[in-house]
Amino acid sequence: MKPQDAIAPGIVGLAVLGGWEGLVRHYAVPSYVLPGPVAIGQALVADWPLLAGSLLVTLRIALLALLLAVSLGGLLAVAFAQSRWVERAFFPYAVVLQVTPVVAIAPLILIWVDDVTVSLLICAWIVAFFPVLSNTVLGLNSADRNHLELFRLYGASRWQTLWLLRLPGALPYFLAGLRVAGGLALIGAVVAEFVAGAGGTGSGLAFRILEAGYQLKIPRMFAALALISAAGIAIFAVLGLVQHLLLRRWHESAMTPEG
Amino acid sequence: MTLVALEGVGKRFASGTQALAGVELRIEAGEFLAILGPSGCGKSTLLRLIAGLAAPTEGVIRRAASRQVGFVFQDPTLLPWADALGNVRLPLRLAGVDRAEQEARAAAAMAAVGLAGFERAWPRELSGGMRMRVSIARAMVTRPSLLLMDEPFAALDELTRHRLNDDLLGLWAGSGGADGTTVVFVTHSVFESVYLASRVILMAARPGRVVAEMPVVLPGGVPGGAAAPRPAGFRTSADYAALCRQATEALERAMAP
Repeated sequence: MKPQDAIAPGIVGLAVLGGWEGLVRHYAVPSYVLPGPVAIGQALVADWPLLAGSLLVTLRIALLALLLAVSLGGLLAVAFAQSRWVERAFFPYAVVLQVTPVVAIAPLILIWVDDVTVSLLICAWIVAFFPVLSNTVLGLNSADRNHLELFRLYGASRWQTLWLLRLPGALPYFLAGLRVAGGLALIGAVVAEFVAGAGGTGSGLAFRILEAGYQLKIPRMFAALALISAAGIAIFAVLGLVQHLLLRRWHESAMTPEG
Repeated sequence: MTLVALEGVGKRFASGTQALAGVELRIEAGEFLAILGPSGCGKSTLLRLIAGLAAPTEGVIRRAASRQVGFVFQDPTLLPWADALGNVRLPLRLAGVDRAEQEARAAAAMAAVGLAGFERAWPRELSGGMRMRVSIARAMVTRPSLLLMDEPFAALDELTRHRLNDDLLGLWAGSGGADGTTVVFVTHSVFESVYLASRVILMAARPGRVVAEMPVVLPGGVPGGAAAPRPAGFRTSADYAALCRQATEALERAMAP
């Protein structure tokens, strides 16, 4: 993205924040109902040590879950691509795991797993791994027929076909899945923290939101919310950059049209 | 020496379509054989059978023991994530040749098709004609005894196509002509088949079958295979026009009900 591309969304953002602040002041809305952006900013600065610590906790869970989603989802996808039978046998269960709302299973996982961090990790992983898995499987199965024949003609082994043809071909699909998974890992981590939050051991951003809600520190609640959004945007942007760097030399999605 | 012999070969697809029936064909070492026919006459299927990419449902295909096959598809079918040199050395890489030799032989193959200096170019940066050259270099890098080409120049413009025709004949002659690589070239262009080949096989559709065969004899009784590359101005000569007419008439006779 070029710097001038940020002008339009920047103007919209400033206008919304300005309008928000103006309305809150004009109608004298109390900050425990709806704080203005200035009050939220003040809370963010004042509570920074507390919130930054929580941000790190949540980010750590989300990134670890993403890492697990990438490695397990990727490995599972390769296993699926090696055998139709394995794919047919296991894919439905991956779907079951995906469509079951994580809020519904999180309490069970919290009961079964003693370590809270591990149970949060499992919840976030369940949400994040499916896009990686399904996209990578699609990518691995999308190898060009002529390319496959070419490899067959030159006597390529199964391993060579995987390594030199299927995996590079699946890379754009995998990266698209990764970008979705990045956001989902954060959502999964936050949702699991909410469920665990009442249990009291959490100290992530979701716990701060619950806590601030009980204490009616609404500006802090909004500040924590803003941090979660910022973290999500940052993950999305970093993964987008990774995608661009890996694909810019050959894939259509990373090309800028010329002249 | 016969490289490949097809005896009573037929191919029926799982859908029930009879793609080929009763094909008798001997491919002799060193020849440049053009397979000419209209769309849908089973030319490509025949080529895939010769390559071993598909199996016949009737008849047998006998092959000489030691043969290295090169295949050029209708599209260049380059791997988009590898540069030109990476694409050309792919067959050697798959065969487990060591890296330094892969690169040296691939660079030599690229130079032979006139692409020296483009080793590091990405497929998408190259023109259609250049991509096809990379594809030919990839097929030639293993020094195949049998080079199979499936309408490789059909999507290219006329001028590029003519240049590639001449360069292909140059490559074939350079490989040792009658002692070197044998080429089987599928095309639907009468002009292209007569220009390139030492022998033309005519095919008809429904079911796909070989209906006639025509040796290409250049003026003065020179066999087509011995005059590669063609003399300058051959493409616009009356002799070439006469050969084209002869092939067209043979094709029309064969297709007549």
